[in-house]
Amino acid sequence: MPEPTIEVTVTRQEPGGPPREETFEVPYGERSSVLDLLDAIKEREDPSLTYRWSCRSGVCGSCGVSVNGSPRLACETGAAGYRASGIRLAPLAGVAVERDLVTSPADFVSKLRSVLPWLIDDAGAGAGAGEVAAGSSAPAPLGSMEPGPPASDSLASGTLASGQAAPTTQSPAELSAFADFTACVNCLLCYAACPVVKEMPEFVGPAAIAIARRWDLDSRDHGAQQRAPFLLETEFAIWPCIQDGSCTIACPKGVDPARALRDYQREAMG
Amino acid sequence: MADNSLRIERADVVIVGGGAAGLRAALAAAAAGARVALVSKVYPMRSHTVAAEGGAAGVQPATGDTFEQHLADTLRSGAGLSHPVAVEEVVRRAPEELIHLERLGMPWSRTPDGLPAVRPFGGMSHPRTWYAADKTGHHLLHTLFQATLRSPLIRRYDEHVVLELLTTEPSPAGTRAAAGAVEGVVGYDQARGEAVLWQASTVILATGGYARAWGTSTNAGIVTGDGLTMALRAGLPLRDLEMVQVHPTGLPGSGILITEAARGEGGVLLDAAGERYLADYGLGPVTEPGSPEAGRMELGRRDALSQAFWQADRDGRTAATADGSVVYLDLRHLGDEVLRERLPLVRELARRFAGVDPARELIPVRPAAHYTMGGIVADVRGQVRDADGAVVAGLFAAGECASIGLHGANRLGSNSLVEALVLGAAAGTGAAQATARRATPPPSPALLEARARELLAPWLALRGRGTEPPAAIRREVGQVLDRHLLIFREAAGLQQAATALAGLAVRLADARVADTSAVWNTDWAEAVELHSLLTLARGAVQAALAREESRGAHQRLDFPEAAAVPRHSLTTAAPDGTLTTCFAEVTDA
Ligand SMILES: Cc1cc2nc3c(=O)[nH]c(=O)nc-3n(C[C@H](O)[C@H](O)[C@H](O)COP(=O)(O)OP(=O)(O)OC[C@H]3O[C@@H](n4cnc5c(N)ncnc54)[C@H](O)[C@@H]3O)c2cc1C
Ligand code: SF4
Ligand code: FES
Repeated sequence: MPEPTIEVTVTRQEPGGPPREETFEVPYGERSSVLDLLDAIKEREDPSLTYRWSCRSGVCGSCGVSVNGSPRLACETGAAGYRASGIRLAPLAGVAVERDLVTSPADFVSKLRSVLPWLIDDAGAGAGAGEVAAGSSAPAPLGSMEPGPPASDSLASGTLASGQAAPTTQSPAELSAFADFTACVNCLLCYAACPVVKEMPEFVGPAAIAIARRWDLDSRDHGAQQRAPFLLETEFAIWPCIQDGSCTIACPKGVDPARALRDYQREAMG
Repeated sequence: MADNSLRIERADVVIVGGGAAGLRAALAAAAAGARVALVSKVYPMRSHTVAAEGGAAGVQPATGDTFEQHLADTLRSGAGLSHPVAVEEVVRRAPEELIHLERLGMPWSRTPDGLPAVRPFGGMSHPRTWYAADKTGHHLLHTLFQATLRSPLIRRYDEHVVLELLTTEPSPAGTRAAAGAVEGVVGYDQARGEAVLWQASTVILATGGYARAWGTSTNAGIVTGDGLTMALRAGLPLRDLEMVQVHPTGLPGSGILITEAARGEGGVLLDAAGERYLADYGLGPVTEPGSPEAGRMELGRRDALSQAFWQADRDGRTAATADGSVVYLDLRHLGDEVLRERLPLVRELARRFAGVDPARELIPVRPAAHYTMGGIVADVRGQVRDADGAVVAGLFAAGECASIGLHGANRLGSNSLVEALVLGAAAGTGAAQATARRATPPPSPALLEARARELLAPWLALRGRGTEPPAAIRREVGQVLDRHLLIFREAAGLQQAATALAGLAVRLADARVADTSAVWNTDWAEAVELHSLLTLARGAVQAALAREESRGAHQRLDFPEAAAVPRHSLTTAAPDGTLTTCFAEVTDA
């Protein structure tokens, strides 16, 4: 019996070249993912087909593509459901295309950096302060090429080395106040779904704002005031959002960036 | 194809790898004042650390745990190949590192009174695994990545594939001695389609392991051991390549991991008839479902569980599926709420990739290659050692690519994330200091450039050549290892494997890289990775054949006993690629 096949049309593009469409008949099984189809095309038809992937299990965020117009993670999108419609694959919308289905996350990372996405404690140095001091970053004595002396004193007593910082406490309720926003895998599907990003590429956008919110809501963080001037008082941070909600619908990890944007806007308006 | 251009970048420390080890090293090196080039073939937050589920081990004295117990558990699992000094250093530094992460904002799961919670893990005598739900690696990686954005001293080179260590001289023909001092690395910028030379006085390799070589593997496609083969080609030895940990619970086909935390929370393993088969293979007595006990049944050591699968399979107690035989992980008694709260990822993975709802159905599982204990020989500060045990000037290794004597013949789950953190920190600080101490001026730019071009040429020349597509070769490498180098090994099978891999190496030499694009040539990048995987597969089979004993993860049906004296295997490569394996005593370095 011949393997069932599905029609897959891919929008391809060489660096600097115009987009073009190519169609392939690709064998698939009940459990095949869209990523499996891309692999099959690359292996059997055209080794130059270019797309990103790594974990194949929806955790690394590499494999975002547009599937029949909706942004999806290729590795966790089943192919069989499209057997009647066929599959149209294109690079994620709203981002620069590097080649075929590969788009550049560089712009996202600089937007992310602009929200100061790190824990700002009481001492509160802002951007560029280097890392938080850790007792652990100074190793045993220098100069000698031998391993440092064993820490037999602390080992024998079974207690933590003296002078070592204790962890900050945070109650489970305090954790759950921001936990949902920590699930972001930076896949950028929300940017592809956002109608504002299409019109206004400078918009800092859903994921970066959700991550800003994650830090502002963390009971250990005291950086809200440092983040506020950028978030609340610049043109392209939270204000362009029109509360369309497409980002939250598109998110494969249950993050709700629309809520982060809405809450910032409401708080700012009092 | 692009011209002959070579971009030159300079830094104090170049770090290859943006996983837990590489990011931690970057933070430490920058904290010590060094300008860091952080080079990774994927954006750092895509690194395979992201997939770690269960957690990271660190003693919490408040729970009655002690460093001695963590040390003893680790040494026991290491079966004679762990170094007490290395274990002690990592165990002692582990809590500091986990607290440091907490200070960076890691969302550790909490006890009701707000302390980071710990859970039991296989082979650990005491609950000491810190976790962030069952997405520990995801949180750890994103926390570290976002922290690196803060430092102006850290310059990232994302989606740059590093190809070779830049040493001043080629490795002396046929000798085991390392080449000259390390002066940087050479690689390729995928987005710009340009060769790059990073010049730096110190290099930290943090490229991860090589468990993707196996066909059924919990590892991502990028886990191809690139750093190990770079070290090998620079004349350095690789230690204990045959020591691969097989995880007892991967999803059939994909190999996707169902974390041990599922068993830590009370999940049980059933054979095809629905029986707790582990009790019949030395892991009993049976525990109550939902009341796991450290060291027994489902929380026995991973290798014991994988071996029990092999025996159950032989005894006809497994169920046959299109993706090989399976047993079942039963989480139904935990209830949907516990699953949602404590094991959300397991729930999601089971639903999406196995098509079952673990609150109501059994999850089919089978063993999969998971973690490679072997690697680049390094001490507990991350300083790489050559075959004579001497420090290689300027070269550090940290994380899964390194063999520092922590895991020995078998890793305890949740010891590797802390290793990546502790060693990453040590290597980052050490490298910054070594750069600052450097007395000799670097070689002339002309010399370095010429050497860089020489090293790059064979790799760049792979494009547009050859006849056979590499995908089939990659698949066959995986099949050979799955068949002969997994749970149990024996001479006949290993010899067959060696012959098969030698044949595959011949085919790979003529593999076809049809894509000639300079920009984003993934056809070429995958061929480069396959070269690394196949070399390590050959090394691992050769070392497994030479190790005529059973120890830790290496179980020989034809040599069931451990040798009286534990020894490390050391594999080196001659310039023509011929691999040699010898054995060395376990010393403390
Ligand atoms: C599914 C799974 C679950 C796990 N769960 C746990 C757990 O619960 N607890 C635990 O302790 N351990 C766990 N482990 C093991 C642990 O996750 C790894 O050992 C650890 O994350 C390795 O970190 P690393 O920084 O050494 O390497 P990785 O995270 O693999 O990072 C390697 C980096 O090197 C880069 N790189 C590689 N080659 C090149 C090249 N040629 N050029 C440029 N860059 C390159 C990659 O881009 C990447 O950034 C798990 C492993 C797996 C597979
Ligand atoms: S918020 Fe969701 S869709 Fe957006 S980048 Fe994060 S995980 Fe992806
Ligand atoms: S390949 Fe990692 S999310 Fe799809």
